Amino acid sequence: MMESFLMLFAQYDIPRAFLVNIELTLWSALFSMVLGTVLVMMRISPISSLRTVAGGYVEFFKNMPLTIIMVFMVLGAFGQLKLSFSDTFATNFFWLAVTGLSLYTAAFVCESLRSGINTVPLGQAEAARALGLGFMQSATEIILPQAFRGSVAPLGNTLIALLKNSTVAAAASVSTETSSLMSEMIEYHPDVIVSIFMIFAFGYVILIIPIGMLTTYLSNKLAVRR
Amino acid sequence: MAAKTSTAQSGASASVLFDQPGPKGRRLITVLNWIAGIIVAIVVVLILMRLHNPPDGENQLSWELWKPALESEAWTDFYLPGLLMTVQATVLAVIGSVAFGLVFGIGRLLPNALLRVIAGAVVEFCRAVPVLLLMIFFWRWFAFAGLSNASYWAVVLALVLYNGSVVAELVRSGVGNLPGGQREASLALGLTETQSLMQIEVPQAIVAMLPAAVTQLVVVLKDTALGSIIMYTDLLQESRRLGSMYFNILQTLVVAGVVYFIACWLLSRLAEWLPSRMQQHTAAPAELEPIAPIAAGDASNVNQIAVAREVEERPLRGTPRQYHVHHRGTNASIHNWRRTKYEQGYEPTQPDSQVDPETKRKSRMSSETGKSQN
Repeated sequence: MMESFLMLFAQYDIPRAFLVNIELTLWSALFSMVLGTVLVMMRISPISSLRTVAGGYVEFFKNMPLTIIMVFMVLGAFGQLKLSFSDTFATNFFWLAVTGLSLYTAAFVCESLRSGINTVPLGQAEAARALGLGFMQSATEIILPQAFRGSVAPLGNTLIALLKNSTVAAAASVSTETSSLMSEMIEYHPDVIVSIFMIFAFGYVILIIPIGMLTTYLSNKLAVRR
Repeated sequence: MAAKTSTAQSGASASVLFDQPGPKGRRLITVLNWIAGIIVAIVVVLILMRLHNPPDGENQLSWELWKPALESEAWTDFYLPGLLMTVQATVLAVIGSVAFGLVFGIGRLLPNALLRVIAGAVVEFCRAVPVLLLMIFFWRWFAFAGLSNASYWAVVLALVLYNGSVVAELVRSGVGNLPGGQREASLALGLTETQSLMQIEVPQAIVAMLPAAVTQLVVVLKDTALGSIIMYTDLLQESRRLGSMYFNILQTLVVAGVVYFIACWLLSRLAEWLPSRMQQHTAAPAELEPIAPIAAGDASNVNQIAVAREVEERPLRGTPRQYHVHHRGTNASIHNWRRTKYEQGYEPTQPDSQVDPETKRKSRMSSETGKSQN
């Protein structure tokens, strides 16, 4: 048993595959956070056309399988529309996957932030208006800071889901990430299939537990006590 | 009802941020509205232009490419059989995950500590492992075992394990959200803990979690598309096959996307309509969404989203219900919820029960010191 584990680790660079997933996750987290914040600002703005666009965006991506988005990025956006980030295939597919993941996750970031906004009491916005703050001022200085603190838990959930979803990059031809590597390893070593699966499964458990614990800690620490 | 509340909430959060605009403000908003509309229109036009004339590619809007993606043979030979396979996997996976979720959700609530630990470990593991890894593992395994429909069973089993673990958490949080009196009354009537759990608490929890389970249905439907990676001939896979025949994958993917969207959207509407129906049958709050659980290490499903949904404007402008820190964030661990509910939770029937443990501890300490001084 031990020998087979050592053999697998010697033969394949498993940590590197996890690193690819972590990179995918971090880049997508960054971009989707930015896009999600913009979307939520649009959703609460007084301008109805922006509200409609943001609402439509969220509804669209919430009801669309991630796999089809990833396939679309490679076969549609790259294959037929020639949208390309780099001449190297591997780099190009990586950034296409990041794009797909970011677009998809931004909808969920927007929903998380909106739930955070709902935790901000009415009085806060009323007080801001009474002080004469305009929409942008009260949004950026009163509402959103409290909303971010209130939405740590759903944002943490979204991050965990994003890490797990990064395996779907396999559908966008990112061949160095974990699910592709696991598939390849099983193909050549079918006799130790359970050990291979356990390596990857526990890899994810180990990655996710700290995120969950950090989220719990932060959401308690940052929650606005009212 | 829920749809109404959510729009009312978004409407409320929109309207509290700015005053009812005056004539000047209204003019400004109209202008900004036009500018935003024009920007959106420009983006749409740019996308269409890209579609019309991609660099060294053919015109993606030409009817030559769309016709094979839309004609009746495409539907009868590709999309509909694919959709049937998708629905088959979804239905079986949903039935399986409800069964799995009930068994392990109840398992985590039983008085027997060993069963609790085993059920907890299984649920936490299944929740943390990406569905795609589960699918690939089962697919290869079943193929080596010589099962004929390896990819079908792999899709179903992987979805059962993941979504079942979510349902298990829903059962557990549903029981945790019941008013404590339900259990106390049944114990007072002489039922054992297990009887109270099975006959009084779980049935109500199931009713309360049904809307969430329907929302989870959307997740199952969306996740069946992962099956295309392991060669399951679902809607996505069929549309890719059709697209590779006529070199119009973009168009076939768009059609498949529209079908997925309509199916998921209808299910979402159903899930929003259900809570109002279900609320009549349970003492626990019927929740719209499975509160995406933080996997591994956090027991709680009661988090900000649930709180946000409940803290809404009252029709008669009363003060919104106040929630204690116990319900906030993810520290709402439902280990010991029966005890903590009285220590720090809020019981609607007993308004005095809402006590901050910190102030309670301080007041107790001060009263104790007061006593010792006397």
